[in-house]
Amino acid sequence: MIKSHSDLEIISLEEKQNTAQYRHRVMCCNSTACLSAGAHGVREAFEASIKREGLEPQVQVVPVGCMGLCSQGPLVAVKSRLPNQETGGKTETLYHSVNPELAETICQEHLANGKAVEAQVLSPELPFFARQQRIVLANAGEINPERIEDYIARGGYQALLQALSTMTPLEVVESIEQSGLRGRGGGGYPTGKKWRMLHEAQAESKYVVANGDEGDPGAYMDRTIMEDDPHRIIEGMTIAAYATGAQQGYLYVRAEYPVAVRRLETAIRQAKRQGLLGNKILDKDFGFSLEVRIGAGAFVCGEETALLASIEGKRGQPVLRPPYPTQRGLWQSPTMINNVETFANISSIIQKGADWFRSIGTDSSKGSKVFALAGKLNHTGLIEVPLGITLRDIVEDMGGGVAKGRNLKAVQTGGPSGGCIPEAYLDTAIDYESLQHLGSIMGSGGFIVMDNDDSMVDIAKFFMEFCRDESCGKCLPCRAGTVQMYQLLDKISKSQASLDDLARLEDLCDMVKHTSLCGLGQTAPNPVLSTLQYFRQEYLDLMTDSPPQVADKAINYEALGEG
Amino acid sequence: MPINLNINEQNLKAQEGETLLTVARREGIPLPTLCFLEGLSVAGSCRLCLVEVEGSSKLQPACALKVTEGLSVKTATERLKRYRKMIVELLFAEGNHVCAVCVSNGNCELQDLAVQMGVDHIRFSYQFPERKVDLSHPLFGFDANRCVLCTRCVRACDEIEGAHTWDVAGRGQSAHIISDMAQPWGSATSCTSCSKCVAVCPVGALFGKGVSVAEMKHQPAVVDFLASARREQNWHKKEEQ
Amino acid sequence: MSRIKLATVWLGGCAGCHMSFLDLDEWLFELAKVAELVFSPIADAKVFPEGVDVALVEGAVANEDNLELIKKVRERSKWVISFGDCAVTGNVTALRNPLGDPTPMLKRIYLAANVVTEGVPSEKGIVPALLPRVMPVHEVIKVDAFLTGCPPSAARIQAALEPLVKGELPKLEGEHIRFGQGA
Ligand SMILES: Cc1cc2nc3c(=O)[nH]c(=O)nc-3n(C[C@H](O)[C@H](O)[C@H](O)COP(=O)(O)O)c2cc1C
Ligand code: SF4
Ligand code: SF4
Ligand code: SF4
Ligand code: SF4
Ligand code: FES
Repeated sequence: MIKSHSDLEIISLEEKQNTAQYRHRVMCCNSTACLSAGAHGVREAFEASIKREGLEPQVQVVPVGCMGLCSQGPLVAVKSRLPNQETGGKTETLYHSVNPELAETICQEHLANGKAVEAQVLSPELPFFARQQRIVLANAGEINPERIEDYIARGGYQALLQALSTMTPLEVVESIEQSGLRGRGGGGYPTGKKWRMLHEAQAESKYVVANGDEGDPGAYMDRTIMEDDPHRIIEGMTIAAYATGAQQGYLYVRAEYPVAVRRLETAIRQAKRQGLLGNKILDKDFGFSLEVRIGAGAFVCGEETALLASIEGKRGQPVLRPPYPTQRGLWQSPTMINNVETFANISSIIQKGADWFRSIGTDSSKGSKVFALAGKLNHTGLIEVPLGITLRDIVEDMGGGVAKGRNLKAVQTGGPSGGCIPEAYLDTAIDYESLQHLGSIMGSGGFIVMDNDDSMVDIAKFFMEFCRDESCGKCLPCRAGTVQMYQLLDKISKSQASLDDLARLEDLCDMVKHTSLCGLGQTAPNPVLSTLQYFRQEYLDLMTDSPPQVADKAINYEALGEG
Repeated sequence: MPINLNINEQNLKAQEGETLLTVARREGIPLPTLCFLEGLSVAGSCRLCLVEVEGSSKLQPACALKVTEGLSVKTATERLKRYRKMIVELLFAEGNHVCAVCVSNGNCELQDLAVQMGVDHIRFSYQFPERKVDLSHPLFGFDANRCVLCTRCVRACDEIEGAHTWDVAGRGQSAHIISDMAQPWGSATSCTSCSKCVAVCPVGALFGKGVSVAEMKHQPAVVDFLASARREQNWHKKEEQ
Repeated sequence: MSRIKLATVWLGGCAGCHMSFLDLDEWLFELAKVAELVFSPIADAKVFPEGVDVALVEGAVANEDNLELIKKVRERSKWVISFGDCAVTGNVTALRNPLGDPTPMLKRIYLAANVVTEGVPSEKGIVPALLPRVMPVHEVIKVDAFLTGCPPSAARIQAALEPLVKGELPKLEGEHIRFGQGA
């Protein structure tokens, strides 16, 4: 049981001693992207050849979380106790595209003889790494997420201890308010303001809920945090519970994330055993219990009221607000919902202070944001960058630009609720307001780069199909509107639509955006609206004066055969 | 507490806690509704009663909007009329409405809405979905082709009768009403055959067996009577008092 | 005063709208003073003429012949009016649409049951082939005004024709536009 600072220190020291006995530590990425690229076989190859070389006492193989540059995985980092000459005095060497043969070579040359296999080494100066500012991903790729000791050795649970022993709940709320942290689930609502609402709510029971539903197609920011550093989320939620007076918390994770579910459950068990969850946390008069709830993977269940319905065991569909969850949420009690990335920021803010956090970012948007780079870039993967970085810096510097001979066309942010930002606006510094101003949104961190081969109509159609399929069907505008908008986009993409159809599409966008009940319907037209705003000509080029009036042909009676 | 509000440039008084719809109806200000029914909880899902609220960019459903001091709304702007007309057209396009052969022809809230909105044809493409007809109940029938998913039946059965026979299954365009665990209504053991769902259905989706074209007359007011009778412990019909 | 050229067209419908048209009774004499009926199932004209002012179209577009004719009607008429619910919504004619492609239905009726005919009737030029999907007229061509009802009552037809013969498009509203009803 951990009760004090020295208890944490002891674990941390033991852990550091433990690692110090190894000359090299081989950190093998154990995240979904690298696993699908064969990381499991790589780790086995390392283990086998280390054994064969008799290096076991000197080398430890550690399964770790995502290091980011997923497009060049499997990634393996070798961390050495002593800098060695052959690697230019570095203590860390990162290898890309590792396969079992290469693992063997690394073992023989680098681990046994201290000579890095230069051809496969990624430079840490690569802008993809150098320009990141890792707060919520600070431990990803550095620790074994299934061990609480690893987390504690890197300063874990110090923030909780600090909050519980030196701050009042109100002081914690104020500190989050001062930090300027805003919700990372998409909307950017000031987190401290939400905490204050729950703090001030008078009720016998209150709840905090972490939203790990992450339903956007192609998004894996939240999954990575949950898989790679589960304790960071638990610590953030526990601090939130202390600040707001909640006794019970839920982590809502989609069923498609079995690894995240398993690691979170493991982490909860470990935290309970160490007295970091449950009654009398850190021996203080404060109790908080936490449970994982598994969602069936509907996008709409990420919407907060639908998510709460789902936790209650009801059909996962949104309900009217007000009342807001902080007024009446789970089982009619005040409830606060934050995104998992939002919670992952909390411990750093408490430890390093609100002023430190405020120093990162823009006037309106503080801190960092994780983005999932995808599309026509040379480097794709997961990055965490300070807000205020320009879109162009991400695309051209960190992402390495588009392939030779191609022209960068647009960046899509915000997934199915977002929009396409054309190349001309890429010098915009990223924050919640600037992206909204451009007709897109920050969203949860989707970042898709498109070149001249990509059709904007097809992009809009893709996202509309997604929204149509994910609409819960409760309100008419979204339920029926997305169907019609999809059909019109389909017609346009096949050059079968007239200007009348385009006008009808725009009417529908306007109506669905303004009349839908929840955010899904309200934002479903955004990909169409933003591509129409910047790339209208692409739509017009597909128009036809003489739409095929009856696309289908009449029945061929001859083919019906004789009686 | 009495409060002041303004509807369509007209200054009015109301009680705090009332909904805008209640106030509007009392004052004779027309507002189209479909999912709302006095006596049932508020779903806010048809979006026909949306109004423009001064100082807010978001439209608000009048059936759920609680009036507050100084509230100022517009209920019939050109924009709202345009949206409402599209909503009604989309309702026709998503189901299979063949009024000429419908039990509710002439007594149908969807038809009424089309008349109010000036809908004389549908600009959106008809979906012609394949939907079920359930005639397994000895007294009633359910034709999903005409269902507008207002969930009045779901709420009436759950909140007034307490049987909770109906529910919504599926999502998006495949969302549909089911009885019990998607069994035929006739074998839904929770159903007490009280007919409340049939009474509240705004369209020809739920009907009594034996009625023919244009013969079905719904009695949606029954749930308001029951709800207020329970609230006030007074079971006399208002006219009889 | 020269009379307008009026046509009435019968596509996939039950002829009820035309029956209702005949219900105009003595007003038909008034109509005849201002309109010349140049094409109609109740007149003996084989070819849809050029230069029609107003074409009332009953029925939905259900088969190849309907399709061919409606295109001609559009080309040769100033105003096309969807006349009755089948033309406006597909209505009863479109009841088959939710079942999808009608081929299995045709087979079942003419091959499996095989009560009246031998095989699916398919005489070229006599029995027009069905379209896979029945369409309301405005899904196929531009329509200038809509006259709902199954069938529209004589009063409703009169209310639509009165402005039309004066060269104006009708603006029906209120109970005059209720689907399904004739009032
Ligand atoms: C259709 C829809 C899907 C959403 N999905 C998510 C999601 O997957 N994860 C998330 O954190 N928030 C999601 N949200 C936003 C939540 O409703 C809520 O605003 C958020 O969890 C609040 O946390 P934050 O303040 O930390 O951003 C979604 C909203 C909508 C309308
Ligand atoms: S907007 Fe779409 S997802 Fe949201 S409540 Fe309406 S139908 Fe459901
Ligand atoms: S339910 Fe109403 S709109 Fe639908 S077919 Fe019946 S009468 Fe017509
Ligand atoms: S008849 Fe009564 S009990 Fe049966 S489904 Fe309808 S409302 Fe429910
Ligand atoms: S059956 Fe009737 S009452 Fe029930 S949801 Fe459908 S339209 Fe509404
Ligand atoms: S009546 Fe208000 S939303 Fe349906």
